[in-house]
Amino acid sequence: MSRLNEESLRIANEIIGRYPIKKSALIPLLHLAQEQEGWVSREAMNHIAEILQITPAEVLGTCSFYEMFKRSPVGEYQLNICHGISCHLLGAEKLLHHAEETLGIKEGETTEDGKFSLEGVECIAACTEAPCLQVNYRYQNKVTKPHFNQLVQEIKDGNRSEIPKHGSLAKVRQSIPNERLAGIEPVNDAQPPEWLNRNGKES
Amino acid sequence: MTFPLITTSRWEIEDAHTLDRYVETEGYKALTKALTLTPEEVHDEVKKASLLGRGGAGFPAGVKWGFLPENVWPRYLVVNGDESEPGTYKDRILLERDPHQLIEGCLITCYALGLSQCFLYVRGEMAHGQERIASALNEAYEAGYIGKNILGTEFSVDIVLHWGAGAYIVGEETALIESLEGNRGMPRLKPPFFPASIGLYGKPTIVNNVETLSNVPWIVLHGGEKFSKIGSEQSTGTRIFAVSGHVNNPGVFEVEFGTTTFRDLIMGENYGQGILNGNKIKAFIPGGASAPWFFEEHLDVPLEKSTVDQAGSMLGSGAIVVMDETTDIVRACHNVVRFFSRESCGKCAPCREGTSWLEKILQRIIDGNGRDDDLDLLLDVCDNISPGITWPPKQTTICPLGPSAVSPISSAIKKYKHEFEAYISQSSQGTPVGIQGGIT
Repeated sequence: MSRLNEESLRIANEIIGRYPIKKSALIPLLHLAQEQEGWVSREAMNHIAEILQITPAEVLGTCSFYEMFKRSPVGEYQLNICHGISCHLLGAEKLLHHAEETLGIKEGETTEDGKFSLEGVECIAACTEAPCLQVNYRYQNKVTKPHFNQLVQEIKDGNRSEIPKHGSLAKVRQSIPNERLAGIEPVNDAQPPEWLNRNGKES
Repeated sequence: MTFPLITTSRWEIEDAHTLDRYVETEGYKALTKALTLTPEEVHDEVKKASLLGRGGAGFPAGVKWGFLPENVWPRYLVVNGDESEPGTYKDRILLERDPHQLIEGCLITCYALGLSQCFLYVRGEMAHGQERIASALNEAYEAGYIGKNILGTEFSVDIVLHWGAGAYIVGEETALIESLEGNRGMPRLKPPFFPASIGLYGKPTIVNNVETLSNVPWIVLHGGEKFSKIGSEQSTGTRIFAVSGHVNNPGVFEVEFGTTTFRDLIMGENYGQGILNGNKIKAFIPGGASAPWFFEEHLDVPLEKSTVDQAGSMLGSGAIVVMDETTDIVRACHNVVRFFSRESCGKCAPCREGTSWLEKILQRIIDGNGRDDDLDLLLDVCDNISPGITWPPKQTTICPLGPSAVSPISSAIKKYKHEFEAYISQSSQGTPVGIQGGIT
């Protein structure tokens, strides 16, 4: 349970600066909170409300709408098995049952050691690679039972360091050098952009 | 192959996502060319191309661009990269393998329409796509392709990468805007909230799909007229289709729009290579989970927007899902309905209540507790969401998500009613049961 730390705050301010209206940064900031802790705590939400000058209820309202935000602790590795139609046709349910048996938990639960959470999820856009799954949003394609067992073992043995802990998404962030920034037009009273008259004719 | 690859030309090049390789392969040439034209001339090229939107609705992009009201500023571009329609797998590859092509398309669009900021909304679950786009944006900013005074001209625009967080409904353009404003992703009522007039922050906003914008550099470089000569008269250019399910060679293919048929894509040697294990085809979804299903007799329908519309379905998001004769139609139907039930945002009662009841009724049929009148009940609930159960659908809801849940049911019952009846005839009726839900 914690507020955003100094490093997260620095990134948060950078992100906020890219939007004409602060509240647009809400989802990116919730991702930052989740990256810091692996889930989004009430305290983090309250802090984000302070930062964006909105109410904690607004933050909770948005946070609770989106599936990726976990409002209670989950496993270090979130195993999301796709059960969209393409994966369903090629054995997603069997894979999900196998995962339940292997991990000793039901869909929606977390293992006692806090290592794995298991979820059946909707289409993750890898339909030609069915059945597929994501571990912390990293794809595994055409997953067989042995492949699944191996994946779980490798994670337990600490041999899948390329997969970050739950909460971290992209390892590369956008960063805009100040001198390259075009700058944000005010939402009201903006002027037409000057390039519209470029090359002689008016648009 | 008699047509040029337009959007997937760099997919085979391993490092095409880097700026260096992109520039070596004609990258940013279209932007340079656009900057020698007036914004209006650039817009005209896209109009000439008759480029249809590639997200789902298939609305002509050039016409959509023309809906911007005069003299209202600022205006925004929002890129819809929230690909999550079941069966759809194209935008993610475009983001991962050719991010600069999309960025160039965004820049040209902003130039043509006087849009002062672009928000690139990428689905939350696509971590690798986000990385590739972030790297590409960072490189392009450094090199002067994005930001202040692009390529030394007065054209200045920022492109901001925005991550989603898991919600199918956000692919609907007004819900996408709500989400971008930091809200729950619930669609807005149209009218009055047509994004081109009242969009992001209440300002004129163009929302385009990733694949749509990825076509723009080619159009500007080679001319809208040349583009319009590829494909058929009303479905121009090429289109990316994902063929998945029970086929020997599932894959993502760019084909000439309007002339290729479903049979070519599903059975063709260069594409799907026929049905798995030599089985027969039972049904296929022609355009993503929202589309009514097609059957064997539709295989020779061309991938052409108006022809598919007239045949009673849609090309939607370019997702073809093939079901062979071993498929349990009731379970497949339940699977698609469950998707819409879970993804309903809850704003409109017919969709919120209706989709969840449809799922529950189908679940009880599968669980062996179906009732004699369940098929009528299913269709009655469908009729309340989409009166008349017609195509194109009428709707009692703000957005098309609710009516989309009707498609699999009406399709499956129309052709394979006996499979539902077989379940029901064996069920133990009258036994009070708890609804289980969950996986089937």
